[in-house]
Amino acid sequence: MDLKFVPSICSYCGTGCGVLFEVLDGELVGTLPMKTHPVNHGKLCIKGWNLHEHVNSPLRLKHPLVKTFGRFTKVDWDKAIGVATDRLKAVIAAHGPDSVGILVSAKMTNEENYLAQKFARAVIGTNNVDHCARL
Amino acid sequence: MTNSFDDLESAGCIFAIGTNTTACHPLIATRIYRAKERGARVIVADPRHTQLGDMADLCVHHRLGSDVALLNGMMHWIIENGWHDKDYIAARTEGFEEMAAVLAEYTPRRVEEITGVPAADIEKMAELYATCGPAALLYAMGITQHTTGVDNVKSCCNIALLCGNVGVAGGGVNPLRGQNNVQGACDMGGLPNVFTGYQPVSDPAVVEKFSKAWGRPLSSKPGMTITDMIAAMLDGRIKALYVIGENPKLSDPDWNHLQHALNRLDLLVVQELFLSETAQIADVVLPAASVAEKDGTFTNSERRCSRIHKAIEPVGNALADWEIVCRLSTAMGYPMDYPGGPEQIFDEMAALTPKSYAGMSYARMGLDGLQWPCPSADHPGTPILHTRGCTRGPGKFHAIAYQDPAEMPDEEFPYFLTTGRMFAHFHTGTMTRISRHLDAEQRTGYVTIHPDDAQRLEIAEGDLVAITSRRGQMEAPARISADVPPGNLFLPIHFGENPANMLTSADAFDPLAKIPEFKVSAVRIAKARAA
Repeated sequence: MDLKFVPSICSYCGTGCGVLFEVLDGELVGTLPMKTHPVNHGKLCIKGWNLHEHVNSPLRLKHPLVKTFGRFTKVDWDKAIGVATDRLKAVIAAHGPDSVGILVSAKMTNEENYLAQKFARAVIGTNNVDHCARL
Repeated sequence: MTNSFDDLESAGCIFAIGTNTTACHPLIATRIYRAKERGARVIVADPRHTQLGDMADLCVHHRLGSDVALLNGMMHWIIENGWHDKDYIAARTEGFEEMAAVLAEYTPRRVEEITGVPAADIEKMAELYATCGPAALLYAMGITQHTTGVDNVKSCCNIALLCGNVGVAGGGVNPLRGQNNVQGACDMGGLPNVFTGYQPVSDPAVVEKFSKAWGRPLSSKPGMTITDMIAAMLDGRIKALYVIGENPKLSDPDWNHLQHALNRLDLLVVQELFLSETAQIADVVLPAASVAEKDGTFTNSERRCSRIHKAIEPVGNALADWEIVCRLSTAMGYPMDYPGGPEQIFDEMAALTPKSYAGMSYARMGLDGLQWPCPSADHPGTPILHTRGCTRGPGKFHAIAYQDPAEMPDEEFPYFLTTGRMFAHFHTGTMTRISRHLDAEQRTGYVTIHPDDAQRLEIAEGDLVAITSRRGQMEAPARISADVPPGNLFLPIHFGENPANMLTSADAFDPLAKIPEFKVSAVRIAKARAA
């Protein structure tokens, strides 16, 4: 039996409570408050205590999907990336880079936000980058 | 936040306006309770009665959208009584006279007429805030989601400057962020007008710096906000949309309008944990790894950048968002490869963000994180901003006159509607409604209605109520409670089958911030079906 506690930060509201993910034999089985964390000092709200439940949900997306004739088909990553980029290139070729909008996310990490806006600006060539801060 | 959570506990007065803190930021609410135990006075202003109001020394319910008038009234009374910090104003601010001239008209009596708050309460609030300092002001979306959102925020800054509360321990202007990394997404340049650390895209030197670092020519034309993008989808200027970790179909204003806009796209790519309402209508759906399945950092409301660590492997074939972006970019002909993973990406970002993140590294963050600005490797981070004067120079007072919300009740639509969150769920519910324990707390949407209104319309608890605005109609079961004032309704935003944004307006938004007026709509109601 391999039990470990992995430090992380709650991904619900903007308080940023320190949590410990409880991992038993490679499976996420619980969320505990981090006792020493300067934000929450060993406490969590009801959402934080149940943070692992959304990770383990059977409804999680497990494969890329591409829609053809109104229906989703499971595809591999190469196919999904190929379809997305071919169609993005076609839109850019026909209408220019400013015809693309990119919504980055207040749910993903700093590193991912940095890369996503770099993708918009350096790769697509547009400043049409925004996220859900206003919503 | 200009100040920090720890620092809230040293406040002499806490003024919470437009934040339902116990429901939406419970662990910040804990700090307010602790401050109160230590003797701090607590003032709560909210159109609805919240749990925080129960413990406040003074709790007022101002009319929806009347925040500027309320704050102006408080400032009028502070100046009238000479409670303002004259030395601080002289040494550290500008624009006081112009503001004072506007405030002269906002007598407590006149403000009572606008806000519905008794003049005596306005005077008492002003006295507590000004004389029990240092005073910490807290706000959330109740201040920002208005056509006057920027005016509301500036008014919060005005009152803080007026009493010398900016740049001092126990004071500050403290917006509470609604999403785990909304601060970080803004800091990282997830906005149409700035790169990382708020470096403007319109500054040629900045554009040159990033262009050189990234090896591509870059546009210096500011892009579109989400609000502008929706209009641009409708008129064909935006043809493709790539949405990461967001569910605009539920979260954006005016459902019908947005649906129409999304339908006009040539391409919609959605990167998500779940098949959300938005993912369902996408052309390509990319499965993303969750918080427990990757490494990285989040930046919270108090500007604290902290590590998350990978605990388990991603489910199925899901990939971390950064890996998906790298694959897309490479396929677009711009190879992105980070063998060092998120740490290597962080270091690249920090090197380009000199004033705030440059001094941070994974090694330095440890378990506690670091608060920006942290400009150099030996800098300890910054718990309180503006301690040596405001960053811009003198703190600027803004003379602001009150304006009504875009929509006020009338004969046809006689009720005020406001929207928000409840304690057990998060935003559009994609993460919480599939959680067994959270779903058990609240399974369905509801509309809160005052007992007097319910009685007049013969609506009983649980009856289905039809709610109609100029945009559309939806239904929700009634929850009868005096937490809302008569003539007011509240709808939580978490429930797709009772979509609050069927009713809100896409045309009412702040002209500068482009934030929609989710907090105020005019509606009419009728009983649809008995429970």
